[in-house]
Amino acid sequence: MEPSPHTATSNPPVAATAANLTERDLVRRSASTVPPPARQLEPVAKLIDVSKCIGCKACQSACVEWNDTKPALEANTGIYENPHDLTPDMFTLMRFTEWDNPQTGNLEWLIRKDGCMHCEDPGCLKACPAPGAIVQYSNGIVDFVHENCIGCGYCIKGCPFNIPRISKVDHTAYKCTLCSDRVAVGQGPACAKACPTHAITFGTKEDMKKLADSRIEDLKSRGYENAGLYDPPGVGGTHVMYVLHHNDQPEIYSGLPKDPKVSPVVNAWKGMTKYIGFAAMGLAAAAGVLHSAFVSPNRVTREDEEKAEELVKEKT
Amino acid sequence: MTNSWTDIRNTDLVVIMGGNAAEAHPCGFKWVTEAKANRGAKLIVVDPRFTRSASVADFYAPIRQGTDIAFLLGVINYCIQNDKIQWEYVKAFTNASYVVKEGFAYNDGLFTGYDENKRDYDRSSWEYEIGPDGFAVVDETLQNPRCVWNLLKAHVATYTPEMVERICGTPKDKFLKVAEMISECSSPTKTMTSMYALGWTQHSKGSQNIRSMAILQLILGNIGVRGGGMNALRGHSNIQGLTDIGLMSNLIPGYLNIPVERETDFTTYMSSRTFKPLRPNQTSYWQNYRKFFVSFQKVMWGDAATPQNEFAYQFLPKLDVPAYDVLRYFEMMHQGKVNGYFCQGFNPLLAFPNRQKITESLSRLKWLVTMDPLETETSRFWENHGEYNNVNPASIQTEVIQLPTTCFAEDEGALVNSGRWLQWHWAGGSPPGEAKHDTWIMAQIHLRLRALYEKEGGPFPDPILNLTWNYRDRNEPSPEELARELNGYVVETVYDQADPTKVVLEKGKQVVNFSALRDDGTTACGCWIYSGCFNEAGNNMARRDNTDPDDTGAYPNWSFSWPLNRRILYNRASADLQGNPWDPSRKLIAWDGTKWSGYDVPDIAPTSPPNVVGPFIMNQEGVSRLFARGLMREGPFPVHYEPFEAPIANVVAPKVRGNPVARIFQNDVAQFATSEEFPYAATSYRLTEHFHYWTKHNSVNATLQPEFFVEISEQLAAEKGIAQGSWVRVWSKRGEVKAKAVVTKRIKPLICDGKPVHVVGIPLHWGFTGQARKGWGPNSLTPFVGDANIETPEYKAFLVNIEPTTAPATV
Amino acid sequence: MATTSIAKEDAIHPGKPVVVGRYNLGARINHWITAISLILLALSGLAFFHPSLFFLTGLFGGGQEARAFHPWIGVLLFFSFAGLFIRFWRANLPEKADREWLAHAGDMIKGDEANVPEAGRYNPIQKFNFWCMSLLIIALIVTGLVIWDQYFYDWTTIPQKRVAVLVHSLAAVALICIWIAHVYAVIWSRGTLRAMTHGSVTGGWAWRHHRLWLKDLAERHRIKKPAAPAE
Repeated sequence: MEPSPHTATSNPPVAATAANLTERDLVRRSASTVPPPARQLEPVAKLIDVSKCIGCKACQSACVEWNDTKPALEANTGIYENPHDLTPDMFTLMRFTEWDNPQTGNLEWLIRKDGCMHCEDPGCLKACPAPGAIVQYSNGIVDFVHENCIGCGYCIKGCPFNIPRISKVDHTAYKCTLCSDRVAVGQGPACAKACPTHAITFGTKEDMKKLADSRIEDLKSRGYENAGLYDPPGVGGTHVMYVLHHNDQPEIYSGLPKDPKVSPVVNAWKGMTKYIGFAAMGLAAAAGVLHSAFVSPNRVTREDEEKAEELVKEKT
Repeated sequence: MTNSWTDIRNTDLVVIMGGNAAEAHPCGFKWVTEAKANRGAKLIVVDPRFTRSASVADFYAPIRQGTDIAFLLGVINYCIQNDKIQWEYVKAFTNASYVVKEGFAYNDGLFTGYDENKRDYDRSSWEYEIGPDGFAVVDETLQNPRCVWNLLKAHVATYTPEMVERICGTPKDKFLKVAEMISECSSPTKTMTSMYALGWTQHSKGSQNIRSMAILQLILGNIGVRGGGMNALRGHSNIQGLTDIGLMSNLIPGYLNIPVERETDFTTYMSSRTFKPLRPNQTSYWQNYRKFFVSFQKVMWGDAATPQNEFAYQFLPKLDVPAYDVLRYFEMMHQGKVNGYFCQGFNPLLAFPNRQKITESLSRLKWLVTMDPLETETSRFWENHGEYNNVNPASIQTEVIQLPTTCFAEDEGALVNSGRWLQWHWAGGSPPGEAKHDTWIMAQIHLRLRALYEKEGGPFPDPILNLTWNYRDRNEPSPEELARELNGYVVETVYDQADPTKVVLEKGKQVVNFSALRDDGTTACGCWIYSGCFNEAGNNMARRDNTDPDDTGAYPNWSFSWPLNRRILYNRASADLQGNPWDPSRKLIAWDGTKWSGYDVPDIAPTSPPNVVGPFIMNQEGVSRLFARGLMREGPFPVHYEPFEAPIANVVAPKVRGNPVARIFQNDVAQFATSEEFPYAATSYRLTEHFHYWTKHNSVNATLQPEFFVEISEQLAAEKGIAQGSWVRVWSKRGEVKAKAVVTKRIKPLICDGKPVHVVGIPLHWGFTGQARKGWGPNSLTPFVGDANIETPEYKAFLVNIEPTTAPATV
Repeated sequence: MATTSIAKEDAIHPGKPVVVGRYNLGARINHWITAISLILLALSGLAFFHPSLFFLTGLFGGGQEARAFHPWIGVLLFFSFAGLFIRFWRANLPEKADREWLAHAGDMIKGDEANVPEAGRYNPIQKFNFWCMSLLIIALIVTGLVIWDQYFYDWTTIPQKRVAVLVHSLAAVALICIWIAHVYAVIWSRGTLRAMTHGSVTGGWAWRHHRLWLKDLAERHRIKKPAAPAE
């Protein structure tokens, strides 16, 4: 049986509880530092078992309902993804891939729920220039704080998964919050709650890993030798994990990156460049100060004026 | 369902064929994932398309739509040839050993007794040989060449793997793999469940599709056991309730029949409903028919139903035809024979076949009343929506009255799910605007009619004037009051015959369940199979105790499951002849030496010892029927017939086009196409993002699947020059639609009888009202033909043509 | 005598001291628009560059406003600088003589101009400054457009945007350094600022720093009537 004490599939509390995700629980805050939190919350994770997912989009529906967003009505373009991409109004999206398995010759319809992975080492937060626009709680949830967001889109560049989207309406960045508002009061994310096949489960990261182990064992027994857990170490692990039948090639699942990391370009930009930049500007300014200290101002002399007057006289 | 949704988790093998549970029943499908995850169960999907169910299946096999019988008879043949039979079960619990009388035969696709002019059978030869003792003759050795087993064996011998491949287009190796996986479930400790839905019913031989699987499940010993069964996935949260409550022209609640014309009095009516047992000691539970019928009459007409007036038998209408099903009704409307039509919670303009004919039919009405929470296409059938509904309103004289009603979340009552659970629910919100509960509307109509009859008399006012109407608020009966009527109550106190001082039934009390019903007018009951749902213990449908002792999946104290809170029908068959469970790890009930007990309510008298009374107590034989006798109109065994519009001719019976007794009307035959004119095999289906034509009215669902499309293979797209996401025109002999093309690897051409068959998939969720983009439904294309037994239209197999086109003109 | 590039507005106004017109009103307005844009861009850009400077967004009304204004100011800077470029690019073309001047650049920085060869309208350091500014501003506008998500999000890929944002910040840093040098040079070299305020310099300033230019002007008789005041 599934380890389930903390999962959204078990009955959540019905009594009102105080929110337990507060400023005090922040471990990271964009463009600012936070004091070490007084307590460490149990790390949580959402486990998306792709092998159980039937692509019903109940998660999308629940996400829209809970977050009260209004994704646009698009046209059919010959695909099942609707909306066709993540948008500021659609934080999660079923992505469908028709894949001919070269080993078995069989068609596989790979359906992956795309959305924020809640990286342990979040590239968005690293890239964000606005203090407190992106925060990370000690339970691992990475959340966007809209009143602090300036809409620069740096988070998009920082994200290895191409997740955040900037709203054309309020010019702030949107993405899955892991339903931090629900988790704060002991509920699981809306998508997990809605998932009819328990392909989406939510609980402590430890529990979810155990659950994943049992799922992987089952998949291996069904011939999926490369079944595995997608919890990419390149971003310090994620708080949204996938069970994949073909964990050796995650990219077949609509381009899930094989070894995602915060881009070295982003690291250079947010790391070295800052120091080099400050150093360069500081040196330039210091050079000026030193120069003025040791070299007296270059003044035009009386003699210079006379020479000029002479020259002019000569020519007139 | 013989079993319940929650029981599916007990299975070893799920076969989804004739349905797409993951897509159309995603919530119920969770029990499949439970079985897979916790029991290591396997999932097989057999479908013309690689569906969402197939995406999580262990094995997928393609099949041409409309050939399921050939496939399943092929699997039965495989099991017989390979001796994969649960013999003990077959011998004891089926009619395998029953001897069929001389004169019965099957030749060239037809059974004995066919009358081509009437398109019907004289079914008298499809019977058992009756011995001098008045009981059916059996040969327990199965040696008699006329015993059911040997007839079945001979009947299915045609359906070899090669023949299956030829008819169904299923590659032989894939068929054999499926057959092998299924045949493993002949072991008493392995069970298979069949999950099917409209993919089997919406054919001109839909009921025989289901029969085929039922026969297979019986020979594997999978009926009545945990994780087994024939599990019809009902398409609507309460469509099981609709059937139970008898919302059909030929039924009254609890699967009792409306009398027909020749049954001029109650005695005649009952004479064909005695249900004498066909074997010694058998229960033949329908012997209680009279109790249920009389109790129904009492609930309807109370004191006006007396023994002297045949319990108001004459208040019931008498059918002049077998049934006024939707096809017949619209045919009559089309002929101008119908003046008015009440359309309650239905959208025939998109739901019934051959939309052109439906539009014409509705246009010939004097008036149409729609009762619906939504602005249905039917209520706007007269409105011009450009190409999407190209009618001339000026030429339509039908007066349309729209009565807004509440939706499921705005009212209280029970919904009956596929697993026969009556689940009470409470209103979650108040109705908007002028919307009224259906009960209020129906009550108002009744009260006004009654007033008119009181005032004006009329030829036969009695059934209306005498109708029981004892509700606290005459204007709106409460759901609770109606539920109490369905459960039944005591009309007159009944005393013990042996001891007249002892009260057996006390007047005014609710009956405990249908075992208390009587045929003398002392009890009343609206729907005998529901009896027990609301007795003196209270509203059992509202129970919400989700404890499940020993994790059997029964959840006995959650809601109420008809009959008698029984969770698995025929559960006596879960135990062997001695009363011990076939599979001790999956015990359901067992004989403890004095009585049956266990996790479920025994489907047999609790004290009747094993090896005496058969488990199939509703049958006169006490056993299940591999041979259906005269109960199916096409014949006692299923036969492969092609759909009325098929891409190839019937290779097993070339002379027979379609099901020889299917519901067709002469006027429609000219509109059946051949594969020369229309080369592509089309099928229609639901998508998980939508529910029928309802959710397109909801912006969230509309966003998730915004626009009408058809699905075709990459090969057909290449052949026709159709690009991904481009507009295509799809037309049949009856109409045309325009849709976006979804070109997919999930549909592949099939090779049937040596010829490539391209499948065109047409989902059905769009129309010209609502939030989604305007579109059409497949019913613009589908033929006006129905199943022979239950008249379900043939939506799943028809012929079309397809070509690239441009966007439809909008208005 | 080799002629250096001179601008139309350049003219000698005899007097005591001699006044030399260097920048007309248009050029000065153009310069100051450029200068102000650049300062605003630096302030808003630096706010995004490092959290410790985020407070600078306050000057613009907040982060959202700073984010929204910055690219538009960039566009202004680009066109404004383009005006300067058109005015001055000829005068900033490198010349052979620049090499010799550069050989004595150290003396110049030490404030010892005696042995520094005569310079034209711009000395090589100024020319370097000019071309750096030009190239950096092109780099900034191009990369700026790439990361201007509000309008051009779909034009490029995310990896391209990442490179763009890196290049943008490096170019901005470089530009700020160049700007610091530019400003410092003006301050250090007294009498320079008036060229961009009044539009003219004294003859002595021209003699001291851009003798070739002054001589050239004199040579070509670009000398106004003595009575004419400087402005």
